Parts: sequence; structure tokens; C-alpha cells
Amino acid sequence: MTVPDELHYTREHEWVSIAGSTASIGITDHAQRALGDVVYVSLPAAGSKVTAGEPCGEVESTKSVSDIFAPVDGEVAEVNTEIEENPGLINDDPYGAGWLFKVTLPAGELTPGLLSAADYEEFIATEE
Amino acid sequence: MTDPHALRRTPLTSVHERLGAMLTGFAGWLMPLRYGSETAEHNAVRTAAGLFDLSHMGEITVTGPQAAAALDYALVGQPSALAPGRARYTMICAPDGGIIDDLIVYRLSEDEFLVVANAANTPAVFQALADRAGEKDARVADRTADYALIALQGPHAERILAPLTDADLAGVKYYASYPATVAGTSVLLARTGYTGEDGFELFTPPEQAERVWDALSAAGAADGLVPAGLAARDTLRLEAGMPLYGHELGPDLTPFDAGLGRVVKLDKPGDFVGRAALAERAGAAPQRELVGLVGRSRRVPRHGYEVLWDEAACGKVTSGAPSPTLGKPIAMAYVTPGAALQARQSERDGEHDRLAVDVRGSAEPADLVPLPFYRRPA
Repeated sequence: MTVPDELHYTREHEWVSIAGSTASIGITDHAQRALGDVVYVSLPAAGSKVTAGEPCGEVESTKSVSDIFAPVDGEVAEVNTEIEENPGLINDDPYGAGWLFKVTLPAGELTPGLLSAADYEEFIATEE
Repeated sequence: MTDPHALRRTPLTSVHERLGAMLTGFAGWLMPLRYGSETAEHNAVRTAAGLFDLSHMGEITVTGPQAAAALDYALVGQPSALAPGRARYTMICAPDGGIIDDLIVYRLSEDEFLVVANAANTPAVFQALADRAGEKDARVADRTADYALIALQGPHAERILAPLTDADLAGVKYYASYPATVAGTSVLLARTGYTGEDGFELFTPPEQAERVWDALSAAGAADGLVPAGLAARDTLRLEAGMPLYGHELGPDLTPFDAGLGRVVKLDKPGDFVGRAALAERAGAAPQRELVGLVGRSRRVPRHGYEVLWDEAACGKVTSGAPSPTLGKPIAMAYVTPGAALQARQSERDGEHDRLAVDVRGSAEPADLVPLPFYRRPA
């Protein structure tokens, strides 16, 4: 299981990569392993507003379905249409080709509440 | 989460750990859910072969001069009619006709039977068999700890097993069992399974289980054999239209509800537990029907979701999953006979928008199809 150092994380097992005012979002390697083979993803529409901590989509695997929680406030700038056709990318490359969507952050937003890689690893360990 | 240390380990759990399996608690046992991709495991069983650890299943022996009579009274089937070496799918019911468990009964010899029960139901089945044997000259014993159970399933199963055994596999019929030697170990070899494919189940001494597993793994590697977990087992049995206790079967359902009235041998001689209730049920109009659904969207109907006919609830999903073979969501569901009738009619009329499943608040259209969803090529 990998937890890249340069990313931020949530307790909902999502990762966030912030570049300027854009946050890229996906689910972690730990999450994809727990879910099993992803067969369907529902993502928020480009242009829609998302609110941190609120459900904005779902990931469905062979055994279960889980909500996607927006890790930050903002407006959806882009969604990964590739994974709608090939949801297995989430299993194969959760931090790369399996990204879910990008959000434009409001000006001055500090994205509070996100975890560092070390904090997230600790969180997984306590959850098990 | 269940404390993994409180779960029973099978004779093969350390093998699964070595293979890097994701383990899960199932009916009090620590079992492999999957080793890698459960879809790949499923597909391997359909196209090549898969190896399963089913040691959590319960093995109960019934032995003695009146073993056959005791089982005829305890079960809805007629084990006394089985020839030694043959096996039958059957059920054990409560006096009200409700299903306690579904079972496979193997007649090992004239006065020796092996009853295989679901893990979660094994204590209840053992208790019921012991109670029902009553004063008869038959001994009922829970032998679960004395057996490991390994299933080799898939179109390549016979060719993988053949070089490892003295048994003439071509002569082993479906639902037959023989004592045999596999990889130098004495086993009970049965041609049974729960995947919809040809295959074998091997009851082995626990201390030899790892040796048999490793020999099969090595022999099958070149033929595409992979270890397969409970996740693949569930989608395989669902595609094959096979019921699972706690989903399609339960104490509030009779074999007739599940479309399995044929297992109830009302014409066998003598009384059996549940006879009166089941005889009445056999002649009554059905209250529900078990049907197959294929989703028309990609969202998957799951256990407990409501089935809708013209937007009104008409039943409930019992099992649902994305089908690797069909590439679509599939489900089994209990619906009212009226809804089933109308849905079949509308399928014939080419209407596809009246039957749906409520998938978390959204009505996802589905087609009613005959079971099973998958039948292996002849």
C-alpha cells in the first residue's frame, strides 16, 4: 500500500493534490484495495459547487457502494471522463490515471482539516 | 470491525496469508475474500480454473443402521433412495416449512452419510439432526474440524486434477463422490460445486490440506489455475442462479418460495419434519416468486433494495452484483407473482421501462430474465 508524501488526505480515504487554486481529487490506494474492483463511478458535474464533507458522488465495486465526499469547498473544474468508461483505472493507478475530479478553490481558501501523509497512515493504522 | 483474532482459522489460512489475500470475517471464520482482482478470479473460473478454500463449511456425519431413516425424517429429501457414492442437493426445514439450511448429502456407504451445511448454520443443523434422530439407531457428529474442504472449479479442473490422482475422473459423475488419493493423500473426492462450472470438491484431513492445495496450485499453474476467494464465489453462484442462505433462503421462506419445490419429496414414505406445512404450501397459490433481473444502467441492485413496478414497490432484491460474464448488473429478487407475470408480458411486448430497482432513491430500469444468468457451454 502506498501513501505518497506530497499529497493531502481525508478520513474518507481520499487524496487531494493542490496546485495553485486547483485541487485534484481521488481515492487512496488503501481505499481501492478495501473496495475491490471498481465497476462504476458517479462524479459531480463540471461547473457544480461542492462543499467539504458532503457527498458528491459514489464509487461502486463488486461488493459495495461508497459515497465520494468532497474534501474541499469549490467549483468542479474538470472530471475524469476516462474512468467513467474504464473504472478499473482507479484500482490500477489510484494516484494517477484514476483521479476523479478537479475543483477550483475559492480565493484565499486554506483547505483546513486535510491530513498529511504521516497523519493518514496513522489514521489507517488506528482504523484497522 | 470484527476482531480478527476472535475468528476461526482454517487449515489453509496461513497459505492465504502467504499469498497476500485480503481476509475477512465470514460466519465466524477468517476467510480469503480475494487474492488480487476478484473479477480476474471470477473470469479464471469461467475460462480456466480456480482453487477455493471452503473449510468453513460444516461437515456432519450421520452413521448407523438407521442413518438413512433418520435423514428421511429430518430432511425434505429422500437420502435413503441415494446409491452409495451419490450425492443430492436438499434442505432441512422447520415444522412450519421454513428453511433451516440448504445442504448437500453424500451417501458414503449403506449406513454412512456426510451432510455439508453452511458455516453459519452448522450448529443449528447439527442440533436439528441430533434431535430428529431421536431414538433411532443413528449417530450424528459434527466433524467440521476433521475436514478441510478444497474446491477445484472450472473447465480445466479435470485436466489439472487427473495427473495427481488414481481416480478415473471421466467416470466420476456429477454429484458423485469416491474415496481417492490426491497428491498422495486420502481424500473424499466429489464432483460438486457452487460456481456453475464443472469441478471437484476434495474433503481432506486438515493436516494434509496444505500439501493438497500446493500440489493442485503447482499442477494447475500452466492451465490458468488461480486461487479464488469468497467475492468471486458469490458472483459465480449468482450468475449460475444458485441460492444463498440468508439471501434467497431463510426461516421465513419455504423451498417452494425459492422455486425449489422439487427438493421436497412429498411422495416419500413416512412422515418428515415440515411435511404438513409443505404439503399445504405445495398446493397453495404462491405468495412470491424468485426472479432474475438484469439492470439496464450501470448502478447495481443490492440486497434489500426495493423492486418497483410502475413506480410501486412489488418486491425486494435478495442478491445483486455486477456480473463479470454479462458485463451488466444482475440480481435475484422476490417479487409478487402479479408483478412477475406483468413483467414477463411487457418483456414480450418490448416494453422496458416499467420494471425498475430503487437504487438509493433513483429508479434504475431492469429486465426480468429467466434464471440462471449463465449456463456453462455443453
